[in-house]
Amino acid sequence: MFDFDMLLMVGLKFLFALLMIGAVMTMAGYSVLAERKVSAWMQGRVGPNRTVLPFIVHIPFVGKFLKGLGMFQPLADGLKFLFKEEMIPGHVNKLYYNLAPIVALVPALTTMTVLPFGEFFAEDGRTIPLMLANLEVGILFVLAVSSLGVYGIVLAGWSSNSKYPFLGGIRSSAQMISYELAMGLSLLPIFLWVSEPGTGAMGLSLVDIVNSQNDRAWLLLVQPLSALIFLIALFAETNRLPFDMPESETDLVGGFHTEYGGFKFGIFFVAEYAHIVVGSAIFTVIFLGGWHFLPWIADPWPATWVGTLLGIGWFLAKTIFLIFFFIWVRWTIPRFRYDQVMNLGWTKLLPLALLNLIFYVLLVTWLDQPTA
Amino acid sequence: MNAVDILFYFFATLSVGGGLLMIMSRHPVPAALFMIISLVSVAALFVLLEAFFLAILQVLVYAGAVMVLFLFIIMLLDVGPDGGKVSRIKVISGLAGCLSFGILVVLLLQFSGIGSAESGSWQEIQTTEQVNGDSLLFSTSLKNFGYGLFTKYMLPIQVAGFLLLAAMVGVIVLSKKSLTSGGTE
Repeated sequence: MFDFDMLLMVGLKFLFALLMIGAVMTMAGYSVLAERKVSAWMQGRVGPNRTVLPFIVHIPFVGKFLKGLGMFQPLADGLKFLFKEEMIPGHVNKLYYNLAPIVALVPALTTMTVLPFGEFFAEDGRTIPLMLANLEVGILFVLAVSSLGVYGIVLAGWSSNSKYPFLGGIRSSAQMISYELAMGLSLLPIFLWVSEPGTGAMGLSLVDIVNSQNDRAWLLLVQPLSALIFLIALFAETNRLPFDMPESETDLVGGFHTEYGGFKFGIFFVAEYAHIVVGSAIFTVIFLGGWHFLPWIADPWPATWVGTLLGIGWFLAKTIFLIFFFIWVRWTIPRFRYDQVMNLGWTKLLPLALLNLIFYVLLVTWLDQPTA
Repeated sequence: MNAVDILFYFFATLSVGGGLLMIMSRHPVPAALFMIISLVSVAALFVLLEAFFLAILQVLVYAGAVMVLFLFIIMLLDVGPDGGKVSRIKVISGLAGCLSFGILVVLLLQFSGIGSAESGSWQEIQTTEQVNGDSLLFSTSLKNFGYGLFTKYMLPIQVAGFLLLAAMVGVIVLSKKSLTSGGTE
């Protein structure tokens, strides 16, 4: 009855999925460290520099260096969340209160299924993109699933039965509705550009977008306005400062997670950073050429496994730079007021995105007309 | 019963059960959440039919945008379990429900033949590979979907868009009116 090949295939997929989750969660954990280190650097402090594992500190030079970098801080943070007492306040709606962190984390981790992060060169000359599932509608999948992430925040805000989390939840849903439109509209010109006749790109696949940027201009250079709108909307969707309305601690205490503590708060925290990691990777794929080398320059690495590894490394480098950019902006720009956020979304970004779309429709039509 | 059948029954149960729980829960927020579960399960059923684009649209538009808006309104008005008025037209809604269900059953019997899915008049749906570049065939491919929408079904789309626009303008006019009449003007 058991089909061994089937079992192997499912098992391998399962293993790859676990590896991918491990990679993204590790990156999310170290993004927290990066946040603390970069903010310390920008404010002239040192940042985490005490935590160390007992046997590593005795290795000469390396041990001290790692200790100074705070390399073991994420481990300590995670353990702290894990061993804290799990408090459930008496006035909350228990089922939804416990459900909310899960609802927040699952979409953040699901979007990575369609994320291509490199390519494998097969023996017969074909290139196979490295990703969990190559969907024809990849980018729509990302938009759809990431839009479900807001329910975690809304649910947390509502089930806490308390004023500040409630306000955070309401703000979060309003912000989501406002910026999702601009985000979707900013991506349409990209697909118009990529699926021009003759390039072979058909659907909304992320792989086609990456390959269209190979030894040609990055889409960031072709469509800077789309990139800017997408980036701003990405900041809003990931609830990063200057858009962290749902948890703005100066006016809402802790926002939607005011009533949360211990590991459940940790899950919210990790979900936010996982969102940032996946969002940075998506931006890299769409606008920064993915795993391909610089614009107009063909990949300098050989088409073997070395090239595969270098490509993945290059992709990771771009993603990490974008994560740094997220942190950089957070510690540079002050938070918007709530009405300013709504204003920016509806009266500036949305018309701008529409105009951008119309402009590229006309441009692509003009470029594509048959030269008689 | 293979894996697809099991998945179908799982998601079908989830969507119908979610719908039932939605109309039976007393508080509007859980009702909205059950509706999301129901909508996402319907999207999963679309995936089982290999209509990925439709599934994604279902999640993106209904579960992702419309329901967020619903929740926003529910939370903004702070409707509690006793907040809404008890409907006085229970009989009418009951009749309407029975009528819609009856129409649904009749249509299903009409189109599928009685109880036999094979002999029915369902149109064959082709997968992306079978279409092989022919844009006018009825298939699950994204390109054919768009091609059909912008050629054969152009007029219905325009009409639907126009209706939505009219509804939107109507809402704006209605809400504006109440604002100015209550103001100082």
